[in-house]
Amino acid sequence: MTQKNRLDVNKSANKSSGRINVNKPISFRYGGKPYAGYEGDTVASALLANGVDIIGRSFKYSRPRGIVAAGAEEPNAILQMGATEATQVPNVRATQQELFEGLECKATNGWPNEDFDLMSYVGKVGGNVMSPGFYYKTFMYPQSMWKTYEKVIRKAAGFGRSPQENDPDIYDHIHRHCDVLIVGAGPAGLAAAAAAAQTGARVIIADEQAEFGGSLLHSTELIDAEKVQVWVDKIVAQLNNAPNVVCLSRSTVNGYHDHNFLTIHERRTDHIADFIAEAPKKTIRQRMHRVRAKTVLLATGAHERPLVFGNNDVPGSMLASAVSTYIHRYAVVPGKSLVLMTTNDYAYQTAIDWFYTGRKVVAVVDARANPQGQRVHQARELGITVIAGSAVIDVSGNHRVSGVKVASIDKSGEKITGEIKPLVCDTIASSGGWSPAVHLSCHTGSKPVWDEKILGFVPGKTIQKQLTAGGINGCYRLKACLQEGYQRGCKAATDAGFQQMPQPSFNDVIDVDEEPAMALFHIPHTEPTSRAPKQFVDLQNDVTAAGIEMATREGFESIEHVKRYTALGFGTDQGKLGNINGMAITAKSLNKSIPETGTTIFRPNYTPITFGAIAGRHCGELFDPKRYTAMHQWHEKNGALFEDVGQWKRPWYFPKTGETMQQALDRECLATRKSVGILDASTLGKIDIQGKDAREFLGRVYTNAWAKLAVGKCRYGLMCGEDGMVFDDGVTSCLGENHFLMTTTTGGAARVLEWLELYHQTEWSDMEVYFNSVTDHWATATISGPNSRQLLAELTNDIDLDKDNFKFMDWCEGTVAGVPARVYRISFTGELSFEINVQANYGMFVWEKLIEHGEKFNITPYGTETMHILRAEKGFIIAGQDTDGSVHPYDLNMGWAVSANKTFSFIGKRGMAREDCVRPNRKQLVGLKTNDPKQVIPEGSQAVNDPNQPLPMDMQGHITSSYWSANLGHSIAMGYIKGGINRMGEKVYYPQADGSVIEAEICSTIFLDPKGERQNV
Amino acid sequence: MFYIYCPYCEEHREEEEFHVVGQAHIDRPLDPDSLSDAEWAKYLYMRKNTRGLYQEQWLHAIGCRKFFNMTRDTVTYEIKETYKVGEQPTVV
Ligand SMILES: [Zn+2]
Repeated sequence: MTQKNRLDVNKSANKSSGRINVNKPISFRYGGKPYAGYEGDTVASALLANGVDIIGRSFKYSRPRGIVAAGAEEPNAILQMGATEATQVPNVRATQQELFEGLECKATNGWPNEDFDLMSYVGKVGGNVMSPGFYYKTFMYPQSMWKTYEKVIRKAAGFGRSPQENDPDIYDHIHRHCDVLIVGAGPAGLAAAAAAAQTGARVIIADEQAEFGGSLLHSTELIDAEKVQVWVDKIVAQLNNAPNVVCLSRSTVNGYHDHNFLTIHERRTDHIADFIAEAPKKTIRQRMHRVRAKTVLLATGAHERPLVFGNNDVPGSMLASAVSTYIHRYAVVPGKSLVLMTTNDYAYQTAIDWFYTGRKVVAVVDARANPQGQRVHQARELGITVIAGSAVIDVSGNHRVSGVKVASIDKSGEKITGEIKPLVCDTIASSGGWSPAVHLSCHTGSKPVWDEKILGFVPGKTIQKQLTAGGINGCYRLKACLQEGYQRGCKAATDAGFQQMPQPSFNDVIDVDEEPAMALFHIPHTEPTSRAPKQFVDLQNDVTAAGIEMATREGFESIEHVKRYTALGFGTDQGKLGNINGMAITAKSLNKSIPETGTTIFRPNYTPITFGAIAGRHCGELFDPKRYTAMHQWHEKNGALFEDVGQWKRPWYFPKTGETMQQALDRECLATRKSVGILDASTLGKIDIQGKDAREFLGRVYTNAWAKLAVGKCRYGLMCGEDGMVFDDGVTSCLGENHFLMTTTTGGAARVLEWLELYHQTEWSDMEVYFNSVTDHWATATISGPNSRQLLAELTNDIDLDKDNFKFMDWCEGTVAGVPARVYRISFTGELSFEINVQANYGMFVWEKLIEHGEKFNITPYGTETMHILRAEKGFIIAGQDTDGSVHPYDLNMGWAVSANKTFSFIGKRGMAREDCVRPNRKQLVGLKTNDPKQVIPEGSQAVNDPNQPLPMDMQGHITSSYWSANLGHSIAMGYIKGGINRMGEKVYYPQADGSVIEAEICSTIFLDPKGERQNV
Repeated sequence: MFYIYCPYCEEHREEEEFHVVGQAHIDRPLDPDSLSDAEWAKYLYMRKNTRGLYQEQWLHAIGCRKFFNMTRDTVTYEIKETYKVGEQPTVV
């Protein structure tokens, strides 16, 4: 296809090809077809050059849509990018995607394709049916059908799809601090940057476009008697050379967060290629700059507001300023014959620009009765027909504009007053004035305020250290923009503590005189809105003026509710074009003013952002830190499978070749109780506690007594919250009179340390006690089983292992395998056990020695799963598995661990005495033995007394731990049963999802060795 | 993302280093056992849900590990002041 809309650069009046490079042609594919463009093009400008009219189908009515805008505000031209599956990117605006050789893209809207769209028939037929709230009203019932509807709707409507393969690119984050962050590099932003840079302040200036300049890139105005582009080049060169300035192009400031924290999404290679594989070093595709700025200057400019008239969505209907942008910046005239509809002087420039391309300007339709501004005269002098006091009320054409209907309107713009005249054209450009791009200023909660002078919302009060300059303030004239930019740039720097510098006057800049614009947000039709042709307000979400009026008739009065009911501004464009018109229409139909109606708030992100950029390097291996014990490599070498416990990698079990999981667990369980097993217990939290009040402190945070625990002894303790509910447990040993070592659950270590610090720092700061995490200082090998003493005896000659000298719940210091060690005779299996703690660097050495010497005892390494089974055989709880924050020690049948006669009212004491905590029939932890010994009750199963009771059944509690016990030859389970401790021997039933019912008998939680003899040998 | 001044470290640090604990200035009753269930429940559960200035407790978790207090506007998220445990707010 030829580029039929590309200006012949040599023939055009100003002989300028704008910012494209006609010596660098580029070929690309859109919707599978080849097209040509030039370096400097966007996909949108190239498609317009090639005469592509339709670029998608609308969301609800499936109407053909074309390119409307030339920047971030584009509602229709949303692309699916990517030549391969792995490089698919949805939701890219054609107006922002630069062209590169080999680019592949297609329209995201339109199924089966955008030219022939199945849904358009639904749209046409159901046009009047699909009113606002249509989905709510139609598809809500029956609810069971929603899933079916949703699939169809999504397929038909969606805005693209995510890749099905891993993204091969690298994304990263960079943290920055600066004195002044300037958002936007148009006239105001560039002037501000120049001013701030002079002061020596650290400046970051970011702009979403490929090059700095903003509106100046397509402007025909002059600065110092030269084209504005010359000024832009000069300032940009200055900024690039300044060591205190960071210039970020292709970088969208997407979020403005609390305390001047902003996120900038920089696209570094998206304009070069789909994927850059060959580079010597892999390039970062996108980067998120996370900036903390002393002051922020928003110079984000403004978006032109389209006018709302009948069939204003037919391809060929565009924003006036976008048409000028395509002509000047890309040398593209997006049609043959133009009608311009405007409410203001500025837009006349578009007609003038079009005239100079040599194509036909049919007429300018001005809503104002008697426009006399400088640009109006200029247009008239060129022979352009100006139809004043009139409006375009309807558009004809289906796949492209073929003409418009023009009628005179009254002064208020509410009524048609005259004949309807048709005009033939293929392009209708419209301008309803400008809406300041206040988005970022809203992100931290500031509400924009209506400015009647400029007919737009400007940034409201904010607590951020934020300044604004230029178009965002409704300051649209070049000279004023430059002056304001310079002045605010200075102020931003002085606010950040820098010295004021002299300011240029920009006296040579001559602004064109303009007359006031007319407030016109909804062009009337001869028919009432509800029967007029569709007048689109929000093109992306297919919200019409009639839809908004209907929403207010149905009782929606708040703009936030109208927004949600009609979906106004809910698209990926966040209603950049439609919101103000929509609010004005809402206000009018509620008989309120615009300030009374107010505006909806914009939220981050300003434009859609990729997940890659959000994640940065925090994915794969770097998603979360991993913690490994000193013996990890041994576990890996010996075939362990691992389980994540918090950030720790713990061996789960050690299957031998050909073993199932259950076979491995059975073997590990049997070997431990028969001879000796070995467990890596290094991950248990360890907190070193010292100070003269350490003992008293323990007594306050644990439920049991610590006053008499002698040096060399260990004790198990339960930790409760103030509500009396158990949240952690562990063994604490007395190392010295004022020195203790507390162990916590693996996952609870950090929380417990914080808990201790909280009470020490905020409640009992007069106590002298110090806490230190020593978890990583130690490596712990636990040997458990009847042969563990014999094994340890081979490796130590200075620890007296005699059963009467080194008793259960004693600890002692000595050497193991020649390494200094603390050995604790404590047991989580109910077997004779020794917990050997050595300095972590010796962990592997001692572990290997234990394995080597244990061979003759068939020493068997086991992991967390066997540990769970062995402890459950003994009825030992796991905090967090058998407790859930709603059970106190008595619920656990662990009243023995609560000391009622401590003088200090320890944490949890008052809580567990509350009325609800002492009532009968609380759920209590009991053992459960299935009728069929082979049956293992699934954890989480709910107990009932009578499985045949009609619904709702009387729920009794649930299973918390359940295993097959190879040692016992039957299943074992622990769980909660209402009043369970006094219901020993009773039957309960566990109905299963498949309809079966498991019958079980309530029993003691201690299934094995009820007298506890095995650990005392 | 707050920018928080730690009154112990005496410098501003990123919010990622901190974590919020809850309403400040709730003292543990000196004699819990003498309180009625209702009084105890008030200490245990009842917290303000203030719109506007609010005193809350923070922890410089990945820093000095000290607890401190903050006066923060819950509407604008402006931090009016931070101060040490045991001190009283000057902005209320
Ligand atoms: Zn600190």
